[in-house]
Amino acid sequence: MLLLRLIALGASVCAIVVMVTSHDSAQVFGMSISAKYSNIPTFKYFVLVNAIASGYTLILLFIPSKNSCGHMILVLDLVVALLLDSSISACVAIGLVGKKGNTHAGWLPICGQVPKFCDHVTGAIAAGFIAAIAYFLVVLYSLHSVMNLFAPRA
Amino acid sequence: MASEGREKPEVGHDQAPAVSTKVDSIIKVLRVLAFLLTLDATLVMALNKQTKTFTVATIGTVPLRATLSAKFQHTPAFVFFVVANANAALHNLLMLAVAFAGSKLSLKGFAPLVVPVLDLVNVAIVSGGASAAVFMGQLGRNGNSHARWNKICDKFESYCNRGGAAMISSLVGVLLMIIICAVSIVRIRNHYAGYNKLPLNSSVLP
Repeated sequence: MLLLRLIALGASVCAIVVMVTSHDSAQVFGMSISAKYSNIPTFKYFVLVNAIASGYTLILLFIPSKNSCGHMILVLDLVVALLLDSSISACVAIGLVGKKGNTHAGWLPICGQVPKFCDHVTGAIAAGFIAAIAYFLVVLYSLHSVMNLFAPRA
Repeated sequence: MASEGREKPEVGHDQAPAVSTKVDSIIKVLRVLAFLLTLDATLVMALNKQTKTFTVATIGTVPLRATLSAKFQHTPAFVFFVVANANAALHNLLMLAVAFAGSKLSLKGFAPLVVPVLDLVNVAIVSGGASAAVFMGQLGRNGNSHARWNKICDKFESYCNRGGAAMISSLVGVLLMIIICAVSIVRIRNHYAGYNKLPLNSSVLP
């Protein structure tokens, strides 16, 4: 259980770091295009949610295990897992627009001009995905230990 | 703890759980609401279409017109949104049927476990779809000057407004489904509580 939480903590911290350090600039037709993660609100939301997840896991690692808090921890685990899941879903949606563009809306893909930014963002989303899976497993484990769900029938 | 204050203690091992019917009916009402909201989100987004004719250029005195249309299929995020909400609406409908017919079926073994697990899965899927659609809608409404993506909402206003309404109803539906999911999970604890006498002193964080 501790191992799972550590993995989740590591993955979300990783995701934050990779996303925050993603920036690239290029010269196109005399204009300079610079891409930073903060230009796109979705990526800011991704960083925020991963920061919440990391902070929450960090605090949990230091709290001594109390069974009276078990239900509250389970509910908070569930909420954090859902937030993580929604953040990576939104980032993938925006990333698709950035990679392939959207001809119907007249949005051109920007990955051709700022490839380093795109690669960085892809790495951050992959780390976020791992964090989301790890949190899902943490929720399952919390359920099992708090609820004694999989106990054999009497 | 809050959960024990709401439900009466379990009487037997294998009977239908002797929980108070007030919780049952609240859950049924919430499920009906969640079903209606997700169904509404699906339909509004699926029928979201707007066609507009623009004057693109003027040659002499003759204006060139181009017809552009905004459909939900153009954006993969909205397609996922429609699919996820349709799935959740179907799930809520099925769970409503199970809730109404539950007292007649005798569910043994792991069968009562299926409802909360499916609830959890559906909450995750719909929350992902709703958040992706919200951010795509925000991109369409504000554009992104850094990426040279123009906003489209000033031209296709009713498309954006209808999409926004679908997103709001889906988000409220997700909120309701979270509550339903939490209550379902608490209820199976009471359902299975008679099976083992392990005190709940085992630590949560080993």
